[in-house]
Amino acid sequence: MDLNFTPEEEAFRSEVRAFLADKLPARLSTKVATGKHLSKADMQEWHAILNARGWLANHWPEQYGGPGWTAIEKFIFENECALAHAPRIVPFGVNMLGPVLIKYGNEAQKRHWLPRILDGSDWWCQGYSEPGAGSDLASVKTQAVRGIDAEGDHYIVNGQKTWTTLGQHADMIFCLVRTNREAKKQEGISFLLIDMKSPGVEVRPIITLDGEHEVNEVFFSDVRVPAENLVGEEDKGWTCAKYLLTYERTNIAGVGFSVAAMEQLKAIAAKQRKNGRPLTEDPAFAARMAKVEIDLENMKTTNLRVIAAVAGGGVPGAESSMLKIRGTEIRQEISSLARRAMGPSARPFVAEALEDGFDGQPFGPPYAAAAAARYFNNRKLSIFGGSNEIQKNIISKMILGL
Amino acid sequence: MNFEHSEDRRMLADSLNRFIAEQYAFETRDRIAKSPEGFSADIWRQFAELGVIGALFSEADGGFGGGGFDIAVVFEALGRGLVVEPLLGAVMAGEAISFAGSEAQKGLLAEIIGGTTLAALAHDEADSHYALTRVQTRAARSGDGWVLDGAKAVVQQGAQANLFVVSARTSGAVNDEAGLSLFLVPAKTPGLSVRDCPAIDGGRVAELSLDQVKLGADALLGKEGQALATLERAVGRGLLALSAESLGAMEAAKTATLEYLRTRKQFGLLIGSFQALQHRMADLLLEIEQARSAVINAAAAIDADRLTRERALSAAKFSIGRIGARVAEESIQLHGGIGMTWELPLAHYAKRLVMIDHQLGDEDHHLQRYVALGKELHA
Repeated sequence: MDLNFTPEEEAFRSEVRAFLADKLPARLSTKVATGKHLSKADMQEWHAILNARGWLANHWPEQYGGPGWTAIEKFIFENECALAHAPRIVPFGVNMLGPVLIKYGNEAQKRHWLPRILDGSDWWCQGYSEPGAGSDLASVKTQAVRGIDAEGDHYIVNGQKTWTTLGQHADMIFCLVRTNREAKKQEGISFLLIDMKSPGVEVRPIITLDGEHEVNEVFFSDVRVPAENLVGEEDKGWTCAKYLLTYERTNIAGVGFSVAAMEQLKAIAAKQRKNGRPLTEDPAFAARMAKVEIDLENMKTTNLRVIAAVAGGGVPGAESSMLKIRGTEIRQEISSLARRAMGPSARPFVAEALEDGFDGQPFGPPYAAAAAARYFNNRKLSIFGGSNEIQKNIISKMILGL
Repeated sequence: MNFEHSEDRRMLADSLNRFIAEQYAFETRDRIAKSPEGFSADIWRQFAELGVIGALFSEADGGFGGGGFDIAVVFEALGRGLVVEPLLGAVMAGEAISFAGSEAQKGLLAEIIGGTTLAALAHDEADSHYALTRVQTRAARSGDGWVLDGAKAVVQQGAQANLFVVSARTSGAVNDEAGLSLFLVPAKTPGLSVRDCPAIDGGRVAELSLDQVKLGADALLGKEGQALATLERAVGRGLLALSAESLGAMEAAKTATLEYLRTRKQFGLLIGSFQALQHRMADLLLEIEQARSAVINAAAAIDADRLTRERALSAAKFSIGRIGARVAEESIQLHGGIGMTWELPLAHYAKRLVMIDHQLGDEDHHLQRYVALGKELHA
């Protein structure tokens, strides 16, 4: 039993810290720390910086451009990035599609798409959820019909995807489509890559309750997709879908985000005043903070235990469901406390204050601008990636055997 | 990073678990827990022979363990078996003697490890409500020695112990940090009387009354008036022990409840197929894993600097207090009516889980302490 990192891992951590100190633009980390919205260019800038260092696709095998890190090194990297308020890597190409192509793609697909993910030529988005297929993902209805014409083998796609994160920036979308309506639910699904510039693709924004444009609806009307864009076998897309969902779940707890948010919360609570005293000295608030801090300290170790089991040859299966549930609950609780810490100043909502170039007079303390919006935005955490209730179903089936 | 126990600790855990499974079945435990002595002298002797007590002490003290994970491994096994024998007293009294004792006083450690001396920490008082500094029992100098007057409450196995480590105030007001002293008081000392009763979670607890208890100069453990650090260390090891014991009991309660969900039928279906119950069980699993992490954190911190150690201990005791009660309440609920009966072992695990929150500080106490220690950290 040893809870310390090895000297090699500590050296790696120092290397990551030095890299972040040197290469993470302060302009970006300030935006992340203060809850401001990142532009497409901001996200592309960070993507390019990581790629230049060879640290972008950290879940890919070395032969495809991954850094060859252990599970613990990945954990350290992700945590250090979160603590430094680095922008999140837009995951759809790098962390989701990449591993699927590497596992199920043919040689031509790997040669064509993987380098373009790395160099940022294609911005990918995810076409999974539909209005009628949320937690029940296998009931997707978007239809792809195969045909051959003068221009070759192709699919014609009709249907609708939703909750498409950052789809407004995307060049490409990977989709679960139904290619066989006769087969059982999971067995008639295919995994298809679609060019967002194809005629018949329409993106409409969904504005979330915090006023942000983060997600979209994507409509497909007779969209022609070359058959070579099918990944894996026709009607076997559910295999790819599941692999993508279960792949790389070690960071699902988001411990690094929580640690960074907890530090911010403490700093803010020390500045806020109640009855002339720092809010940290208010017994009720101090108790709320201590409870979530203790839960987070426990979660750090739970997360490392799961990672150590992976590193030791074990398989993280349903354990990642535990990490997802409690990790997201902790993140939500911290953002809830950050909102509470603002008192009445949580209410003023100047949407422009979260955008670049705003130089207006803030209402309340400067750090109040994003608190409530971030809290409302974080309600998504327990819904996406398989709602926490779905995760409990998984635990109950896979771990408890009920 | 390595979450595997060493080979030695795995062997210790295996042999202890096996011993408990073979010699400490529920019927035996129930009989022992209800007996007039509240423990089994025979089982106690076997624990000593197996080296279970020795595992709680360092080699320097005559044991062969004494690390945080030694304590954790032993007490998790004890918790799984719902063992009532007084190992907690050995840990806490032993740590006080080891940390503050003179060479002559440390001679007692061999007797504790050998099982011939049953030691208990007599610190809590009727109105102390877990506060470490709130001591009304007084010790006054008398010639070369001391005279103690006061009362101690809820001393674990107090009627069977033959040695007490008693806290008393040698100076200062009732809540002062300074002025606390510890004394070694043999059970047969004139003026010391013991009145005991069964505990709701098994075993027995006692009230000690000290009426002009005369002690020699050699009874003082450590420096006069400076016992708080010793008490904190002794209680700290107790906190780790109780947290690990709770974890073992939680695992046993979880196993029993899962088994019930997999066998009990209603409406023609296994009740484990109902989502309302599945989700509650999934929550318990998650909470128990968090409790395990809390125990690991505390065990890893047991030899760290004071603030790191005490914060980890309070975090653990808060966590297991909160989670233990939840596991107890949910396990009873998921069992339905049968969960309310004495004949069901689970009910006794539930009682122990809840009562652990009443030893050495409950959830609220340790949450407040964690906050206070955090302020010291940032001061």
